[in-house]
Amino acid sequence: MLLENFWKNHENLYYVVKNKKVMIGISIVVFMFLLAVIGPMLTSYDYDEFVSNGFQAPSADHWFGTTFMGKDVFTRVTLGLRTSLLVGLIAGVISTFVGCIIGFLAGYYGGVIDEILMAMTNIFIVIPSLALLIIISAYLPGDRGILIMSLIISVTAWPWTARAVRSQTLAIRSQDYVNLSRISSISVLQIIKEDIAANMLSYVFMVFILQFKGAILAAVGLEFLGLGPTQGISLGLVLQNALNWNAIQLGIWWWAILPGLILTIFVTALYFINTGLDEVFNPRLREM
Amino acid sequence: MGKYLSKKVLVYLITFFVAVTVNWAVPRFMPGDPISLLLARFSGMEGGREIIQSQFVQTFGFDQPLLVQYFNFWKSLFVGDLGISISFFPAPVMDIVKNNIIYDFIILVPAIILSWIVGNKLGAYSGGNKKIDNRVMPFFYFLTSAPEFWFSMVLVFVFGVKFGWFPVNGAYSSTMHPGFNFAFIFDVLKHWFLPFLSIFLIQVGGWAIGMRNMIIYEKVSNYSRYMKSLGASDKLIRSYGFRNGVLPQVTGLAISLSTFVAAAVFVERVFAYPGLGNIMVKAVLNQDFFLMQGCFLAIITMVLVANFIVDIIYMLIDPRVRLSYSEEV
Repeated sequence: MLLENFWKNHENLYYVVKNKKVMIGISIVVFMFLLAVIGPMLTSYDYDEFVSNGFQAPSADHWFGTTFMGKDVFTRVTLGLRTSLLVGLIAGVISTFVGCIIGFLAGYYGGVIDEILMAMTNIFIVIPSLALLIIISAYLPGDRGILIMSLIISVTAWPWTARAVRSQTLAIRSQDYVNLSRISSISVLQIIKEDIAANMLSYVFMVFILQFKGAILAAVGLEFLGLGPTQGISLGLVLQNALNWNAIQLGIWWWAILPGLILTIFVTALYFINTGLDEVFNPRLREM
Repeated sequence: MGKYLSKKVLVYLITFFVAVTVNWAVPRFMPGDPISLLLARFSGMEGGREIIQSQFVQTFGFDQPLLVQYFNFWKSLFVGDLGISISFFPAPVMDIVKNNIIYDFIILVPAIILSWIVGNKLGAYSGGNKKIDNRVMPFFYFLTSAPEFWFSMVLVFVFGVKFGWFPVNGAYSSTMHPGFNFAFIFDVLKHWFLPFLSIFLIQVGGWAIGMRNMIIYEKVSNYSRYMKSLGASDKLIRSYGFRNGVLPQVTGLAISLSTFVAAAVFVERVFAYPGLGNIMVKAVLNQDFFLMQGCFLAIITMVLVANFIVDIIYMLIDPRVRLSYSEEV
């Protein structure tokens, strides 16, 4: 009885739990985060240490084999996953936040502010983000840390969110309750926070998942091109090393294929969560 | 019609203007000093320092006020002077861009067009049949989630190394002499296939998912229900849904151009394929700033032109856009 009441009050949560896609996605994401946190502790090796002969296929000693020079791939991958997840997460949060702010302002105020903000957004959408990312990171002096990386990625990632959030805001702002708040002289900040943002929370959350997905791909991509964090190891760097050492041509598939496979599974999981949530919030899709 | 296009062109011109300005501003206003870095690097080379410095006087013109520098930047841009490459010294950047842009075209144009057509067809099919839908959708999700650089590596491993069917390096064999003969063209095609396939497959996934969702939305719309009640076949309903669903997909084509550029960069890296993406990354790693900026501008220009083409296509296939703009005038 108590349980039934609980589900009645949290209908969306009920559909989340019932949705296979979301649950599979969440399990994989949680597993990957655990792998990134615990993984490096499971081995006694250091990521940059020469631990054995090179060229070793996956075995009990080296779960993901060793590199050409005899470094432990598992340690490198899990530590690298840590960096890449962190960059993706921070960049995802920042770009969702910036995009939401711009979207809210443009959608709520309309008029000239809307025109200017949307013109800016459209320009950023047309410029290919990877090319811009390369240019910015190339000119950035000194060491690139995790935070700098996240900021660079956010610079190119926000426009999507801004555009989507704006159109949602446009739909909400002419609702009666928003008008009521407005004539009650409630501050704009409060209207945006309580009337508009609160009503799009599910939407913003889905946007965040997409941003996280995009950010982690952008992060690993930049790392792969040699423009990642200057210190430490990252998932993209592992792949770049593998490419530079001709790992595939030499048949060291565990070095080149496994790290990317982990990333692909992770991104697919995020995709599953997103489409699953889409079904949860859009009953039309649920019917399928 | 003209109004629609001129509005679009205006947006693209502004974007180009912004891109050039960013290109001009970034090396000047970023903290750190790429110029002194360059000078230090080339001071050892015979005559290098003088050449670099004269380049700066020409292109950067540091002794002049910022506004003059800015105008000079535009001026040299219009006469096609993008400076001189340092890593391919002394080739002008313009020549390098001109020689390599063809490789981007031969990979990207077929990949974009074919993936769009095939993906949409598959998506429409999948959206109309629940059984097939449940089976193939996870596969599409996987394809569209796979990072380009990793997927290319898998293709290299499977088709290049395991089966040995395709070469995995460069645009043609080093033993070949470029020329217009059968052997050379065949060789180019063999090198071309895997990079193309890599971009094609990944993008097919994205288009299929998009179209599938469109079809599902259209299937429950009123006109579909009405058709169904009249006894129209599923196939007919689907074909009407397809016509409606295709429009957002054309818009999506313009949006996804940025993804295609990124895909090209990664694929060219993995396959060591000459093309602007690969050259741009190499330029960055060698701190060849002129070449990098040249590639950036070329890429932007290509993307803007492609956007414009998509706009024209959209106008041609959507009667509403065509009519609304021509009736207004």
